[in-house]
Amino acid sequence: MFDWFFDAAAGFSDAVYVSVIKEDRYTYLLDGLWVSLQLTFFAALIGVAIGLLVAVAKLQNLDSPSKNRVTGVIRKWLVGLANGYVSIIRGTPAVVQLLVIYFIIFGRLLQPVFPNVPDLAIAAIAFGINSGAYVAEIIRAGIMAVDKGQTEAGRSLGLSGAKTMIFIIIPQAIKNVLPALVNELIVLFKETSVAGYIGMMDLTKGATTIGSVAYDYMIPLLCAAYIYFLVTTVMTAGMNKLERRMRRGD
Amino acid sequence: MIDVQNLHKYFGELEVLKGVDVHINRGDCVCVVGPSGGGKSTFLRCINLLEVPTKGDVIIEGVSAMQNMRYIDKLREKVGMVFQQFNLFPHMTVLKNVTFAPVKLKKMTKEQAEQRGMELLARVGLAEKANEYPNRLSGGQKQRVAIARALAMEPDVLLFDEPTSALDPEMVGEVLEVMKQLAESKTTMIVVTHEMGFAREVGNRVLFMDGGIVAEEGTPQEVFGNPKSERLKQFLSKVL
Repeated sequence: MFDWFFDAAAGFSDAVYVSVIKEDRYTYLLDGLWVSLQLTFFAALIGVAIGLLVAVAKLQNLDSPSKNRVTGVIRKWLVGLANGYVSIIRGTPAVVQLLVIYFIIFGRLLQPVFPNVPDLAIAAIAFGINSGAYVAEIIRAGIMAVDKGQTEAGRSLGLSGAKTMIFIIIPQAIKNVLPALVNELIVLFKETSVAGYIGMMDLTKGATTIGSVAYDYMIPLLCAAYIYFLVTTVMTAGMNKLERRMRRGD
Repeated sequence: MIDVQNLHKYFGELEVLKGVDVHINRGDCVCVVGPSGGGKSTFLRCINLLEVPTKGDVIIEGVSAMQNMRYIDKLREKVGMVFQQFNLFPHMTVLKNVTFAPVKLKKMTKEQAEQRGMELLARVGLAEKANEYPNRLSGGQKQRVAIARALAMEPDVLLFDEPTSALDPEMVGEVLEVMKQLAESKTTMIVVTHEMGFAREVGNRVLFMDGGIVAEEGTPQEVFGNPKSERLKQFLSKVL
C-alpha cells in the first residue's frame, strides 16, 4: 500500500547519495561556497571604497567657489566621471560587465602589464566595480539626509570640507544607510552566482558540475539554493540585530 | 577687530543685504535685533563666510576674508558660532564634541583638550554630562554644550544665531545665563536674538536690522529708550 512511498524514498536517497556523497561530491558545494564568500567579501570591500569616493564626487557642488581654476576643472571632470560610471554600470547587466572585464580589460588591454592576475581577483574587481555604483547611490542618499547644520557646525569650527565630510558627515550617513548596505551585500552575494561564466568554481558552478557528472541536476541545485538561502538569512538576521541595536542608540 | 564693509548678499535675484557697515571692538557684546527677513542671520553667517558675500568684505583682525578664501578654515578658527538648532555631532559624546576640533586641527594634544574641555563643560554647568551622547540632553543643555564646543577653539569672537529660538521657554534662562557670564568676562560676541530683555541688559550695543541694512544702532538705552526711526518704534511696540 505504501510501496510508492518507499520506492520514492529509496529513489530519493539514491539520488542524494549519487549527487552529494559519492566520490565526496559535496566538496564541490563547500568549496564553491567558500569561493562565493571570498568573492563577496573582496567585492564588497572594493564596492564600498568605490561607492564612498563616487558618492562624494557626485555631491560636489559645482556652484560653490573652487580654490583655483585647476581644482575647478578637476572637480568638473570628477563629477562627469562619477555620473558616467554610475549610468553605465546601472544600465548594463552584471554578467556582461564581468565578461568585458575578464576577456577585454584583463584578457587583452592589461594582459601585457598584468599577465597573471588570479581569476578570483579579476572577478572580485568586476563585482566590486558593479556593486560600487549601487553603493554610491545608497551612500549619496545617506549623505544628503544628514542635516546641513552638521556641515555648517564642522566648517564653523575651522575643519576643512574634507575633514568635515570624513569625520562628521560620513559616519552619520553610513549609520543611516547601514540596512540598505547590508541589503546590497545580499544582492552582491547572489550576484556572484554568475562567476561560472569566467570559469570560477563558485557555489552555482559547483552544483552544475555535480549535475553533469551525476546526470542529475535536481539535488545539487536544490542544495545550492538552500545554501544561498541559509547565508542570506544569516545576513538578514545580522542586519535586523544591528538595526535594533542602533535604534537603541538613537 | 572685526570690520564689516559694505556687505551685499544676493540669493538669486533677491537682495538680502544691501550694504552693511559695522565695526566690532574687542569685548563688545553686540545684539542684532529686527523683524524676520531683515537680514540678521545672513549678516551673521557672512561674518564667518558660511554665506559668501556678493560684494563687500569682512576684515577679521586686519585680514580680509574675501581676499583669503583659500585660508578660510584658518580664519574660521577665530570665529566661533552657535546655531539655533545646536548642531551637536550626534555620534560623539559631549566631551568629544568639545575636544574634536581642537585635537583634529592640532591646536592641542588630546590630554590638553580633554582637560580644557572639562573646564569649559564645568563653566556651562555640564561637567557631569561629559560622557553622555547629545540625544540624552535637553535643548538647553545641548545649547550650552554647543557654546562650550565653540569656546574650545578659543575664538576671538563668538557668533550666536538665535541661540534660544529653538528652546522650550523654561530652558531659555539657563542659556542666556551662560551667555551673560561670557559677556561679563568680556568675550567678544555678536548675538542675533529675539530676546529683547537680554539685548537690553547684556548687550553694550544694539543693531536694528531691517530691509537688509542696519536701520538704527546705538547703546541699548538709545535703541530701546529713545528710538528715532518710525520703523524701529513700530517694531518695538510689537515685541516689547
